[in-house]
Amino acid sequence: MSSEAVVGRRSAGHRLADLFHGRRRLQVGALLAGPVGWLVIGYLGSLALLLVAAFWSVDPLSGATVKNFTLENFESLVNEPVYRTIVWRTIRTALLVTLTDAVIAFPIAFYMAKLASRRGKALLVVGILLPLWSSYLVKVYAWRTLLSANGAIHWALSPIGLDTPGYGTTAVWLVFSYLWLPYMILPIYAGLERIPDSLISASEDLGASPFTTFRRVILPLSFPAVVAGSIFTFSLTLGDYITPRLVSNDQFIGNVIFSNIANNQPFAAALALVPIVVMIAYLMVARKLGAFEHV
Amino acid sequence: MRTQRANPARTAWLIVGGLLAAMLLFAGCGSSSSDSTSGNELKKVGKGEGSLDLISWAGYVEPEWTKPFEQKTGCKVSDKEAGTSDEMVELMKSGQYDGVSASGNATARLVAANLVDPVNVSLVPNYKTVFADLKNQPYNTFDGVNYGIPHGRGANLLMWNGNDVKPAPDSWNIMFDPKIAAKYKGKISAYDESSYIADAALYLKFHQPDLGIENPYELNEEQFNAAIELLKEQRQFVGEYWSEAAKQISAFAGGDVTVGTTWQYQYFALKEEGVPVKASPASQGFLPKEGATGWSDTWMISSEAKHPNCMYMWMNWIIEPKVNAQVAEYFGEAPAQELACEHTANPNFCSEYHAEEPAFWKRVYYWETPVADCGNGEEDCKDYNDWVKAWTSIKG
Repeated sequence: MSSEAVVGRRSAGHRLADLFHGRRRLQVGALLAGPVGWLVIGYLGSLALLLVAAFWSVDPLSGATVKNFTLENFESLVNEPVYRTIVWRTIRTALLVTLTDAVIAFPIAFYMAKLASRRGKALLVVGILLPLWSSYLVKVYAWRTLLSANGAIHWALSPIGLDTPGYGTTAVWLVFSYLWLPYMILPIYAGLERIPDSLISASEDLGASPFTTFRRVILPLSFPAVVAGSIFTFSLTLGDYITPRLVSNDQFIGNVIFSNIANNQPFAAALALVPIVVMIAYLMVARKLGAFEHV
Repeated sequence: MRTQRANPARTAWLIVGGLLAAMLLFAGCGSSSSDSTSGNELKKVGKGEGSLDLISWAGYVEPEWTKPFEQKTGCKVSDKEAGTSDEMVELMKSGQYDGVSASGNATARLVAANLVDPVNVSLVPNYKTVFADLKNQPYNTFDGVNYGIPHGRGANLLMWNGNDVKPAPDSWNIMFDPKIAAKYKGKISAYDESSYIADAALYLKFHQPDLGIENPYELNEEQFNAAIELLKEQRQFVGEYWSEAAKQISAFAGGDVTVGTTWQYQYFALKEEGVPVKASPASQGFLPKEGATGWSDTWMISSEAKHPNCMYMWMNWIIEPKVNAQVAEYFGEAPAQELACEHTANPNFCSEYHAEEPAFWKRVYYWETPVADCGNGEEDCKDYNDWVKAWTSIKG
């Protein structure tokens, strides 16, 4: 009896294997059905809903969506100068944070990839990943305490006649640069690792100064990695609203979306299209710069 | 090496283009489905369903009074604290909660969106002895139908650091009059929500009577613009806008701000931390001379409540004399229940908080949802969306 059952099971398994045997399409289809289904329904579906909602309006009292086609959300987005200010501020900060992180990350990544001992390398990787283990909110609140009028930065800088920048635009820049730094270091590190040491030796053998080697060999080869890292730092800054809210009075695109989401979802949806468009433009530039060459 | 040049940007454009086309079809022919499920009042409170899911303000649902409730009724309480009225409305839309402690700037929206049901007050025995001036108010009763049980009320406070601000201010002019506020430039803490426009309107009602502001939540174009101008002027003096209590507590504790508008919750938390904060004295009911904006909160039952019996038992429990006294003292607000005044730990609590003086509460303007139709038949008042948009432009 039991042996028969085993045989039955086995043959069912065999039948399934037979079904897939030699059918490439079916194999790939079965493998991808789950992830692609999720991508289409969960991811693109919600995106589509968002886009549709941007063309609707609301009943002012109940906040219920009125499903009639209108362009008024986009009109107020374009016509009211305050939104331009906010969009520009968000993009500017994202660019500044990206630049800052690239400048800080490159030497660290270079040291990790080319100079550090095996042990030193491991220590640095752990050190860079460590902040990612703690909650985002804890880190931002820690910065609030550091930046406070009587905080650690004030205490450390006051002997040399300087003071904490306090809460504001500078604080936002500092905190974002801190938060996203690991996302810049890791891709650059991976990119630099791929450059064979022999290329650097060859450059030296041919008489290039270290600076020329850097400029003509290392930088061009690692630049796509920098651009790849910048996609993280740029998009994460573009979408964030908690850091500006906690360490400044500045409004970012995300803050305005947040304040409209409870009572005016269509307008919030229209606003949400702005970072999407900006991000597509950014990706196009990144592609031109070769960020996806090794994908 | 590479066989194909990956092009995520073009793919993304294609997707967006496709979605755009689909959406234009969609948006054009979408019909506005009106959901007219008018709520049904409960006829009789039956046996508890064993659990209860609430949305509340911080400090409203605490173990001191939920534990005995659970023992008595068998309804296990889980509570979700919300930081703002907007958040409460948003959470109620999920339909996962039985009830909410809604302030007046949420109640009308909840009713209009069919998110809450009428409350049959005859099933809430303790309702009989709720203060008369809290019953049948425009923020808890709609078209003559009761939609909730009053919880308690209070005024938003003017708070300052006693070491830095002398003499003690007795007016909101310390935050609004440029001559006086300039002294505290960068040290002022203002509330970060559109309802703060009402605080400016209240100040104008007192200091610019020719604008004719009656109710700071019912503003016509001219009155509204005057309030916005005042807030834009105030912005240069504001050190920080706060929306979550924790943010303001850390700002006062760290010396980043020295004067601001606040709630009882932060005031007591800071005192406990040993920060020398002060507020208008209890003898003045914590009120500066202009009066103040404030809140009168209402427990409402969700139209999709899964545990309606437990919710009715909760609404009766929270205004039980002893419990309501406990709640009011814990939070620092005036109780809704008349009989609570006999049970407060501090025998003078009710007189300090003016719980029994209707005349006093005339100077407190409870949060309301601004609507276009503000009673003059002209629909010329600024509505909630106008307030939210204006608030964005004030902060810039």
